Amino acid sequence: MTKPEPAFGIYIHWPFCQSKCPYCDFNSHVAEHIDQVAWRSAYLAELDHYAKETSARTVTSLFFGGGTPSLMPSKTATAIIETVRSRWKTAENLEITAEANPSSSDIATFEGLAEAGVNRLSLGVQSFDDGALKFLGRAHDSSQALAAITKAKQIFPRISFDLIYGLPGQSEAAWADALKDALSLAGEHISVYQLTIEPGTDFHRQRVAPADPELGAGLFEMTREILQNAGLPAYEISNHAQKGAECRHNLVYWRGEDYVGIGPGAHGRISRPSKDNYDIEMTLAWRAPGAWLGQVQKSGSGLHKRQKLGLSERRDELFLMGLRLAEGVSAERFQRQTGISLEDSLNEGALEALIGENYLICDTDGIRATEAGLLRLDAVLAHLLSSAPELQ
Amino acid sequence: MTKHTHIRNFAIIAHIDHGKSTLADRMIEFCGGLSDREMKDQVLDSMDIERERGITIKAQTVALKYKAKDGETYELNLMDTPGHVDFSYEVSRSLAAVEGALLVVDATQGVEAQTLANAYLAIEADLEIVPVLNKIDLQAAEPDRIKTQIEDVVGLDASDAIEISAKTGLGIEDVLEALVARLPAPEGDAEAPLKAMLVDSWYDPYLGVMILVRVKDGKLTKGMKVDFMAAGAKHQIDQVGIFTPKATQVDALGPGQVGYITASIKTVAETQVGDTITETKRPAESPLEGFKPSVPVVFSSLFPVDNAEFEDLRDSLAKLRLNDASFQYEAETSAALGFGFRCGFLGLLHLEIVQERLEREFDLDLITTAPSVIYRLHLNDGTVKELHNPADMPDPTYINFIEEPWIRATIMVPDEHLGGILALCTERRGEQVELTYAGSRAMVIYRLPLNEVVFDFYDRLKSTSRGYASFDYQIDDYREADLAKVSILVNSEAVDALAFVAHRSQAESRGRAICERLKDLIPRQLFKIAIQAAIGGKVVARSTLSALRKDVTSKCYGGDITRKRKLLEKQKKGKKRMRQFGQVEIPQSAFLAALRMDDN
Repeated sequence: MTKPEPAFGIYIHWPFCQSKCPYCDFNSHVAEHIDQVAWRSAYLAELDHYAKETSARTVTSLFFGGGTPSLMPSKTATAIIETVRSRWKTAENLEITAEANPSSSDIATFEGLAEAGVNRLSLGVQSFDDGALKFLGRAHDSSQALAAITKAKQIFPRISFDLIYGLPGQSEAAWADALKDALSLAGEHISVYQLTIEPGTDFHRQRVAPADPELGAGLFEMTREILQNAGLPAYEISNHAQKGAECRHNLVYWRGEDYVGIGPGAHGRISRPSKDNYDIEMTLAWRAPGAWLGQVQKSGSGLHKRQKLGLSERRDELFLMGLRLAEGVSAERFQRQTGISLEDSLNEGALEALIGENYLICDTDGIRATEAGLLRLDAVLAHLLSSAPELQ
Repeated sequence: MTKHTHIRNFAIIAHIDHGKSTLADRMIEFCGGLSDREMKDQVLDSMDIERERGITIKAQTVALKYKAKDGETYELNLMDTPGHVDFSYEVSRSLAAVEGALLVVDATQGVEAQTLANAYLAIEADLEIVPVLNKIDLQAAEPDRIKTQIEDVVGLDASDAIEISAKTGLGIEDVLEALVARLPAPEGDAEAPLKAMLVDSWYDPYLGVMILVRVKDGKLTKGMKVDFMAAGAKHQIDQVGIFTPKATQVDALGPGQVGYITASIKTVAETQVGDTITETKRPAESPLEGFKPSVPVVFSSLFPVDNAEFEDLRDSLAKLRLNDASFQYEAETSAALGFGFRCGFLGLLHLEIVQERLEREFDLDLITTAPSVIYRLHLNDGTVKELHNPADMPDPTYINFIEEPWIRATIMVPDEHLGGILALCTERRGEQVELTYAGSRAMVIYRLPLNEVVFDFYDRLKSTSRGYASFDYQIDDYREADLAKVSILVNSEAVDALAFVAHRSQAESRGRAICERLKDLIPRQLFKIAIQAAIGGKVVARSTLSALRKDVTSKCYGGDITRKRKLLEKQKKGKKRMRQFGQVEIPQSAFLAALRMDDN
């Protein structure tokens, strides 16, 4: 039996929203007028640009993110999906996800998205509590959230929704109740994030305080337990799914596989795997929507920066992303991706210390974080990687 | 011996804020030494820090031409003396250069400890002292009560004290007349071999080192070749002059005169206060009495907060020393704080002044370790070692016994705060020598170990008395004491910069206080951290910092990888400012903060 080909994803960034949420630090913009024809051509041109060098790969996932990609005209989504299918080989079970909001204007686009080929919808529900939704600056209320989920379930084979916890004043008991209520609506997948206050957001300017570490830890542990018991174990820090229902596209990021990033500010990672070449390059598109569009129109690509990652940087990325997964960093995959063994890439003393403290587990499968390790993953990574050797 | 009848040399003795500098300004004004335009408040205190703190660090002088009521014109040389306990040797040299002193007392406040200490120095130097009551224009002035106090506490006849207001100018002429009438004229033989006292020196960017001198015998002239007797150095005089208060060149300085010389000297370290200057080809037989090299008594380490500023700190210390030869420094390496300097100072104020000037004039961000005194270690092998840094303390098994320096402290305090002050002195192992009352104020004299005084004593004194107590001290003697070095350990490794020496009765509680403080200052880590205080090998206090509870990024997708990696790279760089203790790395900033809090 031949080994399956590594996964390969394409990310499409639609940068526009109807309004900007106070906690959001993503590359999203509110625009009065969008020249839909120009934007459509730009996406297709950029796809062509990347198809030239990666057409030998088999696309396993396509992801529309944003912004609010459900606001993208279905004609544009259709053209993008058709272009992907024509320029690349695509996997039989090609996953095509779109992010959407539960507002009425979004709900109206669901059918069009499905017709274009979208087979997985990720809804930004965030909460079923109207007070919380208002605090979060969302355009929808709880009844619209319910309607959106119901409609999405009818139209799309796979759905997921996002929830946010750790809002100011939210107790453990209140969150447990909210989560259990939400579970009755959940399908195969759910993403649960703790509210963080990111620089550049309104919440940051308003000095909204995040949950203190003690409460945050309690909420995190409780969330994992409730969802585990409900048959939705965590496969990543904030992502829970039934077995086999994980988001294949996001797994590409966490497993360090290649992806092409298209649209304003989109990142990509492209390697040219061969027997003894483990080079990987990062790509970054122009961030401002106008700048990206203009650059594509002028040169056929919105690429802003492209540079090779050194082996140490590659190692760091594989751990930064891989340890977020329940499965951890796979020894076999790491060897394929870097040409060196997992353990040789680390400082033995630091690894031993973290294992000794019950933060990490290391076995023949690879290295993964324990429950305690996941809870403190940023510090674990800093300890592990800051002592790791320089790799050539 | 000839009397130089038209010269009067005098100093002004006063407590901070009692109006010394304002009085000096008024006298300069009265004698027309400066135009109105040149007159700025407190002409003599030329350093910013001096003006702000109202204290004089360097002795300065001004020669006034005063036409007295008898019709004669007199040369009045005012010697502005350093006004703080740390500089008492410098004060004694200034006083040795004059024949009389004005004792300025605030008529609303009365005699303070510092006034008293300097007045005693003046009495010891056999000076004629003229009491002056300042701020007589204020409603709260009580001249009669203060006169009684001067008689009771200082032991001077205050019946003909001059009542003035330096602020309004009231009584200034009376002061000038009193100087002429009551102070003796200086004596000295103009034909004898040169004998001049080096009163002070400072660095002038244009002229090099300027030396303030008082000629006792003989003449100082331009071009003369001279010997500095204590320093054993030879120089040729470039310039001779007086201050009017502007530096003004003259042909010669004769007996009884006060003025300056320059001699192409590069650093003040080559000039020692109290040294005798004589002529090379016709030297004096013996130097003037009273010379003493200045010796630091308080030691502390200075570290740049940013290690990259180490070289800047080195340069700044060198520049500062151009003008202040009384502090010493040598490079030091600390495992906890990196590269810095161990410095010796004349006292606590001196330490503060140096630190402040480094931060202000040289724009350095500094951390100062807890001040330490010089301990004398009598080792079992019979040798005696001076310990300047607690981190260098040998193992107790090598030590036969330890001696520590004691001081004789004079404290003046209003009655109602006396109890608190006595309790403070007792707590600091003080021994009462004397307790006397003068009106509603008490004067207490205590013997105290200096190491108890360098440890926040002055702040406590001020807070206990609501700022009303004044304090002065002299170094007394060395005494044997039951002292212990307390080491602070993080995960069983000693943090050198936090080590300190304390009396055994207090070692444990101070060690515990630092452990608790560090526990609050060290950020939580992945691993538990044990913080301990130990004496010898024995742990006497401990606290444990538990592992951090939660630290994980909630969202991390394809667009976040680069940012996360760059953040990690920044953390790796930050590691350079971390100190490794077992498995944990502790930011230098935590130790710096622990030391900073010692100040409070």
